[in-house]
Amino acid sequence: MKEKLEAIKSEALAKIENADVLASLNDVKVAILGKKGELTQVLKGMKDVAPEDRPKVGQMVNEARTAIEAALEAKTKAINQAVRTEKMKRETIDVTLPGTKKLIGHRHPNQIALEDLERVFIGMGYEIVDGPEVEYDKYNFELLNIPANHPAKDEQDTFYINKEILLRTQTSPVQARVMEKGKLPIRILSPGRVFRADEVDATHSPSFHQVEGLVIDKGITMADLKGTLQQWAKEFFGENTKVKFRPHHFPFTEPSAECDITCFKCGGKGCRVCKGSGWIEILGCGMVHPKVLRDCGIDPEVYSGFAFGIGLERVTLLKYEIDDMRLLYENDMRFLSQF
Amino acid sequence: MNTPLSWIKAYVPDLDVTAQEFVDAMTLSGSHVENYEKKDKNLEKIVVGKILKIERHPDADKLVVCQVDIGASEPIQIVTGAKNVKEQDVIPVVLDGGKVAAAHGDNNEYPDGIKIKKGKLRGVESNGMMCGIEELGSSRDFYPEAPEDGVYVFPENAGVKPGDDAVKALGLDDVVVEYEITSNRVDCFSIIGMAREAAVTFDKPFCPPEIKATGNDEDVNDYVSVEVQAPDLCPRYCARVVKNLKIGPSPKWMQERLASQGIRSINNLVDITNYVMEEYGQPMHAFDLSTIAGNKIIVRRANDGDKFVTLDGQERMMDHDILMICDGEKEIGIAGIMGGENSMVTDEIQTLLFEAACFDGTNIRLSSRRIGLATDAAAKFTKGLDPNLAIEAINRACQLIEEMGAGEVVGGVVDVYPNPVEPKVLPFEPDKMNALLGTDVEPDKMLYYFDKLGLSYDKDSNMITVPTFRQDLNCMADLAEEVARFYGYDNIPVSLPRGEATVGKQPYDHMINQIARTVLEGNGFSGGMCYSFESPKVFDKLLIPEDSDYRKTVEISNPLGEDFSIMRTVSLNGILTSLATNYNRKNKIARLYEFGNVYLPKALPLTELPEERMKLTIGMYGKGDFFTLKGVIEELCEKVGLKNQCTYEPTKEHTFLHPGRQANITKGKLNIGFIGQLHPECCDNYNIKSEVYVAVIDMPTLVMLSSFDVKYEGIAKFPGSTRDLSMVMDKSIFVGQIEAIIKKCGGKLLESYKLFDVYEGEQIADGKKSVAYTMTFRAKDRTLETAEVDKIVEKILKELGKLGIELRA
Repeated sequence: MKEKLEAIKSEALAKIENADVLASLNDVKVAILGKKGELTQVLKGMKDVAPEDRPKVGQMVNEARTAIEAALEAKTKAINQAVRTEKMKRETIDVTLPGTKKLIGHRHPNQIALEDLERVFIGMGYEIVDGPEVEYDKYNFELLNIPANHPAKDEQDTFYINKEILLRTQTSPVQARVMEKGKLPIRILSPGRVFRADEVDATHSPSFHQVEGLVIDKGITMADLKGTLQQWAKEFFGENTKVKFRPHHFPFTEPSAECDITCFKCGGKGCRVCKGSGWIEILGCGMVHPKVLRDCGIDPEVYSGFAFGIGLERVTLLKYEIDDMRLLYENDMRFLSQF
Repeated sequence: MNTPLSWIKAYVPDLDVTAQEFVDAMTLSGSHVENYEKKDKNLEKIVVGKILKIERHPDADKLVVCQVDIGASEPIQIVTGAKNVKEQDVIPVVLDGGKVAAAHGDNNEYPDGIKIKKGKLRGVESNGMMCGIEELGSSRDFYPEAPEDGVYVFPENAGVKPGDDAVKALGLDDVVVEYEITSNRVDCFSIIGMAREAAVTFDKPFCPPEIKATGNDEDVNDYVSVEVQAPDLCPRYCARVVKNLKIGPSPKWMQERLASQGIRSINNLVDITNYVMEEYGQPMHAFDLSTIAGNKIIVRRANDGDKFVTLDGQERMMDHDILMICDGEKEIGIAGIMGGENSMVTDEIQTLLFEAACFDGTNIRLSSRRIGLATDAAAKFTKGLDPNLAIEAINRACQLIEEMGAGEVVGGVVDVYPNPVEPKVLPFEPDKMNALLGTDVEPDKMLYYFDKLGLSYDKDSNMITVPTFRQDLNCMADLAEEVARFYGYDNIPVSLPRGEATVGKQPYDHMINQIARTVLEGNGFSGGMCYSFESPKVFDKLLIPEDSDYRKTVEISNPLGEDFSIMRTVSLNGILTSLATNYNRKNKIARLYEFGNVYLPKALPLTELPEERMKLTIGMYGKGDFFTLKGVIEELCEKVGLKNQCTYEPTKEHTFLHPGRQANITKGKLNIGFIGQLHPECCDNYNIKSEVYVAVIDMPTLVMLSSFDVKYEGIAKFPGSTRDLSMVMDKSIFVGQIEAIIKKCGGKLLESYKLFDVYEGEQIADGKKSVAYTMTFRAKDRTLETAEVDKIVEKILKELGKLGIELRA
């Protein structure tokens, strides 16, 4: 009996060992462990075994069964693994083939620069405000201390619709509109399209964008103006950016300044972008002229404020090293897709 | 404004700075230096030489061999081809290893100059080169004594000797600084003004020329009288007379200073007026007294239609707003702009009338433009001169006449100045100035700056007196700027605004724009930028009818040209032009969008501002069709809370679109925009040989309809019931009509519907099409009964039946 069991076991194990597909394993399982399987037959033949030997034989049968089952399971796992490995080998792909991509659109560089700029000032508590592009002379000039016959009102620079209505030459009229509403304190940023009678060339466009900033409150100083713009420059152009203020003249601010930043290309050493000076002229600014405050209904003895105006295209051209302003208005896909 | 550093130094003698130090400091104190040029930047090792001997070159007919004394122990040998030199001539010589600015006989630019080395010319050693004025970087314009072709020869009275620095001897060792002077600083358009700024900037004494009393014991009033009939346009008119004139060249120093300003020396008279104009910023005019009828000057407005011949020989048309200088009979000059041919000064002049006047700047500016005559004098007057400058300038000119021996100045001045301008007086408010600047500048320091600037302080009244040449100083903030300029903008501390906190935010409509940008870019559309103004021809290009409201436009009265003459009322042209540019440049696919306003006049002619409406304009060609673009719009609507809420109504109203392929995008009665294929004729007009699809969204409407008010509705717990409908109908029926019925009859239980097939062809009769929908019904609170659903479907079919739509057999 013992020999028979050993024989069944070793034969089964050998078959299992030699099986290379799951079907062969199943055959072994049926032939040995199935209802009519050899081992099952042995169990069925227990009645012929002497009662005193039965426990021992039973144990031997179970041991054989356990061994065969374990071998079956191990082999099944091994075959499955081999099959999967083989499958995966066949499935190998060229991962360097290009990805499936939709057409991707790109944001206009001017818009990217504007959004970057807005983000910084919104973080500093500025509200974005729009104003009309076709504007009254009153807001574009008169309330900004640019009286009739001022050379800045020259027809050579300004597009007029009629005597009172024109295309705004700056975003500063929004200052006057906001001040006139009388809600204080004021902390606004007003980006938008402006117009000047310049023929189109590499550095000029009859239509371009400015970003105007205005802060009015009690106790606002020129030091605050410097600090604010320095903060912006660092956020916008990088932590190491330095800012320089030079006296200048605008009719609606006094004192007025032009602001230069260290060249972001060369860091101030001098290069092609900054024409060797290490500095780049970036904006005009100043303390709001007391006459402007007064004309807009704000008492300059109580309130003071500062304003600044950034030429957006200038920032865009510098930031992306674009050498011709016309590219911004041509909308050539080969240009736009680079941003 | 250009100033040679040497001229500035003449009035600020202690100024001892390099060119770089000068321009840096001047820029920081408010005189923005745009550029500066070292006149000697490419001139090296150039000395004065004297030709001792000239011999023929043994092997070249056109060359001579010279022995030149250069102040060294031995003369040097130089071979030259110049024909104008002779023995004993004193000439500039560039030595071996030196540099000159340009080559003789060509017009090329040499940014780094030309190196000169010793060598052999046809076998004879040459140790340097004799220089022509062009080789020294200048021209005969500024050195009229130089020969037209050949080596510069120093005049006998030049006072130079061999070995001297020739660059210095010629006055070429100078720096010319070019400033951007702001319009408020009228006083800085003069050497005196800039010298004053330099003196304060560098804290050095300012020494302007001392103007001495001039004139003989005669009385100018015996020579001429002046009557100003238009005092509004001529606040001041000063006249002096010079007799026994001796016309001749002006001295070298004056010629050099004029040369440094780019002004060519003419003769002592002309040079003096030019010199004073540069020095003081006051234009002057010289008349030949013998041509002035009645010895009388009358300043009055011209008559409309008068004709006048100016100095340059041109006849010009005058009008009543142009101010004229007249004599007892006729006009003799356009005030402040140009004199007349009839009173022109010639070399035969005996007696001269000097005019130094103040004319209204605005009037001169407008007149100069109207008659199309821009002169240096007009440019100066345009800025609005200080009337008190006129008397200084005319006296300075007479002083120069006397100093140069150019004539005999008649005593006295005719000075018509009915309303003298008095200096302004402003309170001294150091605390307010510090508060504005955020600084802590000592009041004494402020007063020190003011004093140097020519502003005086009266302690008893605590008032500052502002000289009349500083018309720009009118209030505390103006004075604060003066303090800041010389205290240094750099020294103002840095802080951030304190006070009430404010909320940073962007307007709601900007947020919707941002969503739209994101959707469009995700679908391959790139952001473009287009002009707000365009040509009225655009309407024809877009096939817009003559009577269309689109043609009611805001017109620019002074456009750059017809192409930029009207404010757009329809936004399409910009994007179409850009698509055309892309097509023309052979870009296979172009997808563009643009945010920009259209400008809709409320009434014409304009009495109030036009309505500005933000339009989102989308255009594409090369890939995709109507439904590609429609899908993008649907995505946009979904992203702003309008999923399945917009209707696409077929229309033919947009003339620029294909009549069978256009729709208005609506919600209820509101029009959000339109979409369609560009009309083939329009494509032709833009030269695009590809199908173009466009859409225009009216952003204010989209913004108004947008909604982000979402409430969670739970996820369906009960099973839904799905029904498919396959229908046959006339081809002309739009699926939109079917969907409207499905939606209406489906009621609350209709969860969704989806078109899954549109078919024409075999098995479908001609002129018919088959359309198939799948519909899902579901209730939130129970499982639907079959009969319930059947009833709804029946209702839908009944309604569809009214349109002749039948279930497909």
